[in-house]
Amino acid sequence: MVIVSVAMLILFCMIYLIPGDPAAVALGPRATDAMREGLRIKMGLDKPVWVQFWNFFFAAWQGDLGRDVLSDRLVATVVMEQLPYTLALIFGGISWSVALGIPLGCWAAVERGTMADRIVGVLSVAVIAVPSFVVAIYALLIFAVALRWLPAIGAGEPGDIGDQLVHLILPSLAVGLGWVGYIARMVRASMLEVLESQHIRTARAFGLPERMITYRYALTIAILPTVTLLGVGIGQMLSSAVFAEIVFARPGVGKLVYDAILTRNYPLVTGAVLVTTILFVLLNLLADLIVGALDPRVRSRL
Amino acid sequence: MTVLSIKDLNVTFSTEGGRLHALKDVSFDVPERRIVGVVGESGCGKSTLINAILGLLADNGRVDAGSITFEGEDLTRLGPARMQELRGQRISTVFQDPMGALNPVLSVGRQMRNIQYRSGRSRSEKDARSEAMLRQVRIPDAQAALARYPHEFSGGMRQRVAIAMALMMRPALLIADEPTTALDATLEVATIELLRELQQDIACSVLFISHHLGVIAELCDDVVVMYAGEVVERGTTRQVFHTPRHPYARRLLECDPARQSGRTRHLPTIPGEIPDLRQRPPGCVFATRCDQRVDACDKVPPDVAVETGHVARCVLAEAR
Repeated sequence: MVIVSVAMLILFCMIYLIPGDPAAVALGPRATDAMREGLRIKMGLDKPVWVQFWNFFFAAWQGDLGRDVLSDRLVATVVMEQLPYTLALIFGGISWSVALGIPLGCWAAVERGTMADRIVGVLSVAVIAVPSFVVAIYALLIFAVALRWLPAIGAGEPGDIGDQLVHLILPSLAVGLGWVGYIARMVRASMLEVLESQHIRTARAFGLPERMITYRYALTIAILPTVTLLGVGIGQMLSSAVFAEIVFARPGVGKLVYDAILTRNYPLVTGAVLVTTILFVLLNLLADLIVGALDPRVRSRL
Repeated sequence: MTVLSIKDLNVTFSTEGGRLHALKDVSFDVPERRIVGVVGESGCGKSTLINAILGLLADNGRVDAGSITFEGEDLTRLGPARMQELRGQRISTVFQDPMGALNPVLSVGRQMRNIQYRSGRSRSEKDARSEAMLRQVRIPDAQAALARYPHEFSGGMRQRVAIAMALMMRPALLIADEPTTALDATLEVATIELLRELQQDIACSVLFISHHLGVIAELCDDVVVMYAGEVVERGTTRQVFHTPRHPYARRLLECDPARQSGRTRHLPTIPGEIPDLRQRPPGCVFATRCDQRVDACDKVPPDVAVETGHVARCVLAEAR
């Protein structure tokens, strides 16, 4: 709650500082001064800044994010329409990063010091260093344009889950690839630490098989910091989702905000960013709950 | 019958400063159903000895010479698969730190079930066995305890859970690595008594590592005194404690605070430090700190059998 409120304040200030008159943009170049003034009063832009914030703040907590300046539809409805696409993209990105990052990091830790470890290390740094829009463009060029394996643009036929999943593969790869590197490095580091601990030595002294020690005894502990990191990393994924949505011409909150900024559609910008902030806070909470579910020590402290 | 017989064991570690000779010509036996204590200062090679027996030496360590015979098999020649089969089943271990020795994210019951993974029992049979074992180490409400996690137990209870896990498969040899050092005095006595009781019940042998002389005297049948990776003296507890023949063993016993008669302001210590194990002295390893040093100490000291079963590695020790 506090985090969301603070985010709203910052958001409001930033929007207020952007030059440009939303009423002017909404009405177009041929509007008269009287028309613009009328709309300004209707939007509440003539009131002092703190009153504007107060109105925005109160309305937002009641679920009223205002109306889209261009289409006059409710902002909340417009954002909620786009939200599932972005959510799918982010979960796709997380799936990529977890499905590749955890096994790679685990493997590198078990094979510590070998060629395999070094190759994973170099690859991790490489994918972290490449910006997601570059990944998006090259993935598009290679898999969609040159090889024609996967569709280039759009989100797939509505209602056809299979088609939507196929359309999700490349954009989510663009969002998640950098995170494969982060997670691989993180898991490797924490695995090495856990494998050194006393209870792993005990498990070996009890003659448990190495596989069981690695996956049940060590990895369950070593992924805990990674889950926390992912919770924070969702913010970064949300920003790469903007690029992925633009490059792949997908619908989504990122694309919505991008278009809204270009057209000075302020209610839509604030609404969409606010929803994203709430999403971020909720997903962070989810990450903490997952850590609690995995670690009985954390659970008993709650 | 001896369960474990160590002969001329030599273990070295490759380090940046050269090869570190951690165990040198270590020999001793653990007879059936006896409790053998190993005493020595920190760094005398106790942990290396345990790891060598368990086949869990660090990557840079290796057994250079000698043998570790356990129930007729030389452990130094066994492959990792066979070693893994023996560990936890025939040779089990209780470690020093009860806080860190159990996995923090798996329930006690799950960990105990995993130890029995080789037994071929059904899940409910395994759980029944775990519960019986917990009851045997006097964990109250054993059935509920299976569902609990290590951090929910006190230090003393955790150590008893660790003992239950170690004795789960009724091993022939239990290695106890300073199991009471992390516990306070009252718990220490209770844990010692429990260990002795369980040892008699399971009829196993125990290799009990400690630097606490009182505990060794109380619990052990035989004693092995180690210094700088060598066994300087071994014999029955009575022989070593009453008539120590190696100067180090004698000094060590003199330093035991429990042996001080009357009040004293100064606890005796042994001056000097353990020599650098990368450059072992050519002769007796204790010579630099010994107050009875003679010229012959510059040569490798012999293992002198002073009595049946009582051996000291010192030129001054003589057979009676």
